[in-house]
Amino acid sequence: MSERTGANLKLPIYLDYQATTPLDPRVLEAMMPYLTEEFGNPHSRSHAFGWKAEAAVEEARGKVAAIIGAKVKDIVFTSGATESNNIAIKGVARFYKDRKNHVVTVATEHKCVLESCRRLQQEGFDVTYLPVAPNGILDLDRLRDAITDRTVLVSVMAVNNEIGVIQPLEAIGAICRERGTFFHTDAAQAVGKIPLDVEKMNIDLMSISGHKIYGPKGIGALYVRRKPRVRVKPLFSGGGQERGIRSGTLPAFLCVGLGAACAIAEKDMGADNERIRRLWKRLYEGITAANDEIYLNGDAEQRYHGNLNLSFAYVEGESLMMGIKDLAVSSGSACTSASLEPSYVLRALGVESDLAHTSIRFGIGRFTTEAEIDYAVAVINEQVHRLRELSPLWEMAQEGIDIKSIEWGEH
Amino acid sequence: MAYGDKLIDHYENPRNVGVFDKGDESVGTGLVGAPACGDVMKLQIKVTANGVIEDAKFKTFGCGSAIASSSLVTEWVKGKTLDEAAEIKNTHIAEHLALPPVKIHCSVLAEDAIKAAIADYREKHATDRDEVEEKAAAL
Repeated sequence: MSERTGANLKLPIYLDYQATTPLDPRVLEAMMPYLTEEFGNPHSRSHAFGWKAEAAVEEARGKVAAIIGAKVKDIVFTSGATESNNIAIKGVARFYKDRKNHVVTVATEHKCVLESCRRLQQEGFDVTYLPVAPNGILDLDRLRDAITDRTVLVSVMAVNNEIGVIQPLEAIGAICRERGTFFHTDAAQAVGKIPLDVEKMNIDLMSISGHKIYGPKGIGALYVRRKPRVRVKPLFSGGGQERGIRSGTLPAFLCVGLGAACAIAEKDMGADNERIRRLWKRLYEGITAANDEIYLNGDAEQRYHGNLNLSFAYVEGESLMMGIKDLAVSSGSACTSASLEPSYVLRALGVESDLAHTSIRFGIGRFTTEAEIDYAVAVINEQVHRLRELSPLWEMAQEGIDIKSIEWGEH
Repeated sequence: MAYGDKLIDHYENPRNVGVFDKGDESVGTGLVGAPACGDVMKLQIKVTANGVIEDAKFKTFGCGSAIASSSLVTEWVKGKTLDEAAEIKNTHIAEHLALPPVKIHCSVLAEDAIKAAIADYREKHATDRDEVEEKAAAL
């Protein structure tokens, strides 16, 4: 197959867009002056170096606000979504702790959200970790039931980084508004990919990540609603920049980069998504047409189509990744995680351990081409076939043996 | 994971992949691990009448280290007596393949697979129940 030779393709092919994204050349261009001649500290009030840097930062702030339907003043720059999540969860909970001591979140959240909640538990807060349905979506009735008059915050991520499912943000926001609790969403994987509107969706806090949307690493933002006002205790002390929420000199070049990335994403979102959806379909159908027992993790429709997480029954994830070494992807297999624990997100979906070990996540993005997808399909199919020939489980399945009926030993 | 050359070679060119007839008198089959753990190895040995392993086959569900460990083991057992094969230690496997520390358990499983295949063969040929238990206990 000519696709297999990878002629004219730059290898390895990047298919890990959830892990990070390359810098869009237009973003780099916007940033360059602030890495070279315009090096001023945006907080320097007394000279042109500072004024120019400040102007650039404020323009960038406006672009970040625009893509989520927020007011400029509502945007606080941070070092990334991890920091934003920490500020949102710990900062809000700690501020209101005299009156409210309960937080609600979801079992499939990013580690930084779960760890922030665990930290709050150590500080005496109650936290409810809601389960999800097998398709990865939150049950709204369970959410409603979990909220009490002591609940200060509900935190639900917009688009899941491992499986790509989109939570019903507008419905969640309405419930939170109705029940008088704040709604925070980790939108790192969502900004610039799905339409977001903090007013329509009744979102009070939103975490934004630069390097997930073709912007630079090391910058993010936190949207903090001012009407009605959400109060936040800062994580660390300093000169009181960013409305007292986040002290520190703003890295003008990074803020400019985030702003540029948001403006570009807002403009390109429609066209990007159409292309990406087509490529997703091509990849998914290319693999499932050639192989049986391939399982999609996460709802097929309520998802961002830049994410394709599949379980390849009878083939372990790391061994498959080694076989498709010209593709840069990631796996939910325990073998690839430092802790040897399989993905907790897949476990929350009810995916059984043996299948969780076989999962691979493919990320498609703005720069993915059709030729790259065709090459990927050819390589994946070849290796799945090869590794199934090597697999005693595949052999048993072919012989009609029910693998679940075997008493496997412990080791 | 950054693997060494020998490991990658065994992964890309696994030796002795395949199946012997489980029912064959000269075949011992070891099946170890568990799908829920992400590691299952099936190791089969074909043994001559004088107790020498003349051939071996394997199939593995597992990571690159698991596949390489079991492939290596099929090479090492050939030409050995059952007792000699039982001497193969996971540390030798791990050293030869330069397994990273987090993957040592794959070599342990490969050692278990050899012992399970040997035990299965011995059980098939046990004239005396006690003799089998004695040998199994000695492993």
